[in-house]
Amino acid sequence: MRRTVAALLRKELLVELRTLESVPGMSLFAVTTFVVFHFALNRSSVDGDLAAGILWVTLLFAAILGVNRLFVADADQGGFDGFLLAPVDRSALLVAKAITLLAYIVVLELVAVPAFALLLLGPPLGQALPDLLGVLALADVGVAAIGTLVAALAVRTRARDLLGPLLALPLLVPIVIGGARATSPLLALAHPGAPAPRWLLTLGLYDLVFGLIAYAVFDFLLED
Amino acid sequence: MPALEVDGLARHYGEREALGGVSLTLEEGQTLVVFGPNGAGKTTLLRVLASLLRPHAGRVRVLGCELPQEAWKVRGRVGLLGHEPLLYRELTARENLRYHARLHGVGEERIGELLRALAIADRCDEPLRTLSRGMVQRVAVARAVLHEPPLLLLDEPHSNLDPAAVELVAPLIGARSPCTRVICSHDPGGGLAEADLVLGLRAGRPVLLRAAGEVRAPDIAELYR
Repeated sequence: MRRTVAALLRKELLVELRTLESVPGMSLFAVTTFVVFHFALNRSSVDGDLAAGILWVTLLFAAILGVNRLFVADADQGGFDGFLLAPVDRSALLVAKAITLLAYIVVLELVAVPAFALLLLGPPLGQALPDLLGVLALADVGVAAIGTLVAALAVRTRARDLLGPLLALPLLVPIVIGGARATSPLLALAHPGAPAPRWLLTLGLYDLVFGLIAYAVFDFLLED
Repeated sequence: MPALEVDGLARHYGEREALGGVSLTLEEGQTLVVFGPNGAGKTTLLRVLASLLRPHAGRVRVLGCELPQEAWKVRGRVGLLGHEPLLYRELTARENLRYHARLHGVGEERIGELLRALAIADRCDEPLRTLSRGMVQRVAVARAVLHEPPLLLLDEPHSNLDPAAVELVAPLIGARSPCTRVICSHDPGGGLAEADLVLGLRAGRPVLLRAAGEVRAPDIAELYR
């Protein structure tokens, strides 16, 4: 399984490096959205609940762009058939795609979080950064699991560009809620605090549940 | 043991029957050539035999394995060369073959051997999207035989190939190959020359199933009228 996942990952990253179809688009979308918020809110800085909401909604929509592209090359260029003809564990594709999406989201956040701090955020990010990274990591795992599951479901339909977000958004709402609630105290201007453990637990549990669901049903999604 | 045993195979796409009532037996090392006009069900038959599509009725045994129950045993023992090359356009020929080699547990030396055999070694580090259709078809042939499968499923394998390239691929997928082969073809002369058994399909139904020696070119032409 590890060798198969490594082969798939290598292929995924090569294709993305050659086409630059996902990560630059996701990052550009996030930065543009922050600029739009900057002008739309007519405020030079935000903090607390509002800051957390803007950050998480922007990251969510940017991640959806990556989810929509995740299986496109495989569906359009016969990659699914090539994979299905090989004597390998099909779960390897789920693992490789989820890691790929996770990597895309991490790169997105490497661009988006500093841009957010620069364009919108009132309080300095420095002290809150370690806790914020922890919340982001927990949420990213859930987004990667759900995103991969939904992308595999949508990609074989004719309306995949529409179906992907329509399926993903309701499933990702709890992650946005958990992420925003956990992040809100970190971004407060007065008396910044630590994320509430119950929201971290919620995110962790959601990751676990959807990781298991994805693992259980992924084989059936690849079947004819 | 027969390489293929098909009995009453049917496959639908929604309400439409793409394939129905197909029964045949093909011994190991033999070649079945399937003729029929566009939409006759040839590609569907290949995809069912490759375990990519489930049969909706009938019994299908490929290399001794019942489909779809034992599909996992068939994977890795079939080489499929279809209309799509099953290759990534942004990757080079070598990268594509290396990817498939890793999935099939094949060593690097086999890639070099095939690149040389198919005369693509000098362009193997260029992205596939920059190559001609004929070159891509050669890479697709390399992909299909990379893991030395005992059964080859070939859908118009010579499409886009010039006569010199047809000669190059002959030892790998032609009559000299030791594999059992199922070939979809529109070329009565070439197809009959390679066949041990001939299947003619029209609108998903078998209208001709005979040993190649009993079939003449006009019988094939009749399928297309």
